[in-house]
Amino acid sequence: MTIVSAIGHGPGNGPASPPPAAQGRRGRSGAYLLLLPGMAYLTLFFVFPVVALLLTSLYAPVPGGDIGQYQPAFEWRNYVVALSSYWPQMLRSFLYALTATVAAFLIGYPMAYVIAVRARGRPFLQGMLLVLVIAPFFTSFILRTIAWKQILADESFVVAALRAVQLLPPDGRLTATGFAVVCGLTYNFLPFMTLPIYASLERLDPRLVEAGGDLYAGAPTTFLRVTLPLSMPGVVSGTLLTFIPASGDYVNSVLLGNNTTTMIGQVIDSRFFKVADYPSAAALSVVLMAAILLLVSAYVRRSGTEELL
Amino acid sequence: MSLSASTRAVPSGSPDGETSSGADLTLERITKDFGSFVAVDDLSLTVPSGSFFALLGPSGCGKTTTLRMVAGLERPSSGRILIGGQDVTSTRAHQRPVNTVFQSYALFPHLTVIENVAFGLRRTRAANPLGRAGDALDLVELRHLADRRPSQLSGGQQQRVALARAMVNNPAVLLLDEPLGALDLKLRRQMQVELKRIQTEVGLTFVHVTHDQEEAMTMADTVAVMNAGRIEQLGAPADLYELPRTAFVANFLGQSNLLGGTVVETVDGIMGVDVAGRRIRVPVDRAVSTSGDVLVGVRPEKLRLVREGEEPAPGTNWVGPGAVTDVSFSGVSTQYQVMVPGLGTLSVFSQNVAGRGEVRLGEQVRLACDVDFTFGLDGAEDATSGAVDLDDPGA
Ligand SMILES: Nc1ncnc2c1ncn2[C@@H]1O[C@H](COP(=O)(O)OP(=O)(O)O)[C@@H](O)[C@H]1O
Ligand SMILES: [Mg+2]
Repeated sequence: MTIVSAIGHGPGNGPASPPPAAQGRRGRSGAYLLLLPGMAYLTLFFVFPVVALLLTSLYAPVPGGDIGQYQPAFEWRNYVVALSSYWPQMLRSFLYALTATVAAFLIGYPMAYVIAVRARGRPFLQGMLLVLVIAPFFTSFILRTIAWKQILADESFVVAALRAVQLLPPDGRLTATGFAVVCGLTYNFLPFMTLPIYASLERLDPRLVEAGGDLYAGAPTTFLRVTLPLSMPGVVSGTLLTFIPASGDYVNSVLLGNNTTTMIGQVIDSRFFKVADYPSAAALSVVLMAAILLLVSAYVRRSGTEELL
Repeated sequence: MSLSASTRAVPSGSPDGETSSGADLTLERITKDFGSFVAVDDLSLTVPSGSFFALLGPSGCGKTTTLRMVAGLERPSSGRILIGGQDVTSTRAHQRPVNTVFQSYALFPHLTVIENVAFGLRRTRAANPLGRAGDALDLVELRHLADRRPSQLSGGQQQRVALARAMVNNPAVLLLDEPLGALDLKLRRQMQVELKRIQTEVGLTFVHVTHDQEEAMTMADTVAVMNAGRIEQLGAPADLYELPRTAFVANFLGQSNLLGGTVVETVDGIMGVDVAGRRIRVPVDRAVSTSGDVLVGVRPEKLRLVREGEEPAPGTNWVGPGAVTDVSFSGVSTQYQVMVPGLGTLSVFSQNVAGRGEVRLGEQVRLACDVDFTFGLDGAEDATSGAVDLDDPGA
């Protein structure tokens, strides 16, 4: 199964409808024409850049040339060099992204559950709560992250409170730590986790939950055996939409971290813009892409949502 | 479907481990209101252990609500529910030895058929859940579809999975909420027979909700006719049919001709009722009310057409003459509508027994009936209450 098919599909409750009777050839090819704008767009802005990226990652410096001057080559050692220098940042990115994804799941699922299930039948309340979930998007990404910088700053009330209850040592700080970066990532991607889970739970037939109770499952068991499995498509979409952008993120680590919390996006950014080392920036990007692809397909395969589609 | 071989395969042992073949179900003065709307109104009934009990009533009369309260999915506003003598009113659904075949089946789409059936067994940690689920699938003849998903089954197959999933737990009471409602007529008739046989074989207490009076009468030992949140009458199908006690029952369970009249005398246990100038006699023990205004009722098949030149048998009740306004022939029987001035239109079913001449449209006839077949209802009742409205597809 593809990643795309994991996203945005609910549990198939109804019987699969049979394919419509054979249509005319023109009707069919007409339908495929609808793909054209999307294909053209993706070819222009995804396929070309990816090919360019792959080529760039193999470039070699022009002998005797200036900084930033490269020529086409097949310099595969770019990968070796880039990886051997930056594997800790790469690993850290995935670790932070994973932690943020788990945190977003733990916060987002209960939130989605309350909105979709507990507030069922009260559309106004549901609407209000959903607006609250999306509200952070009304301000810019950078501003929101800078706000976090304020909240976690040494002189903020949060730090004072944590020190007061001794959750933080008297000289402990939150800003410029990995913790702060993960907090920022979690916060920034929380709606991407919450909304797909909400959509899945919203579609969940409450009668199935009643059937669970009728068949001797108490509330926790019914949740584990009925509600959670049936909301897996939303969970899978939500984790992908959180984990993928979080792994490549470079804003949070710049604004909320320090030089021990550098993430790979930050490295790519600085290789590219600061030292004009295009091949190694490209090589790191390719590795990041490949690693995400591998991780994600392993995850989707394991989460076994095929049976729900 | 054949049941003989697989019947023994049905597991015994209720969730708490003890063997049961059903238990008495008692509802004591149950009321359920949704805000100001009273869905179930001071309802009391007892379903004896091992019986097939039908709750019959029109759509919206509170059948599902009643069933949900027994299942523990809805809490009564007042009253008590007892299963096998134990008060379960305040327990939750999963704590009650009751299983439901839902109106919509409510099969779990993410589980295979066999896992759907094994769901309850796994929750109660019963031994060998898959083996027992397989046996239950044998009972409904769906073993070969065990690994399918519910969405890959037809409506009739889903219905049988839902039945197996509920029955496999050997509940003290099995609740069925219009389980055949979504099936086409032929399959429905077939499943009625199957369901009745399965119930007889496994001996569970069945509470079957339906709005189909024929379904209720063919399947159930006891039928409770429900209307607007109340039980109108409860009894064996034949008793309800032969002696309805309310206009609603008389009209909803089969058809009735109900004629308004006034009691004018009572002699030797027979009361004389003046119906539009004719004296109709009704046994006192077949009447709900024995003085003042009453409704005199008679079933259409109990009426005989008396043609011109014939005389009603002595000692029978008769009315008319009136004109035949409609004749509809259905093979086994013919239904006539006869317009009697002062009484309205009466309905007559007559068996097509060889040798009887056919009565024609427009012919003047009288209508006769044995005194013992008439019944008397409270005259204050609406004579059309519960009559099937042919324009209402939901009826
Ligand atoms: N949760 C509820 N809230 C408000 N009204 C309800 C609710 N459930 C049922 N009702 C009302 O109670 C009445 C009886 O419903 P129901 O028991 O489903 O009828 P039946 O199963 O006999 O068709 C209906 O008028 C229905 O609208
Ligand atoms: Mg109902």
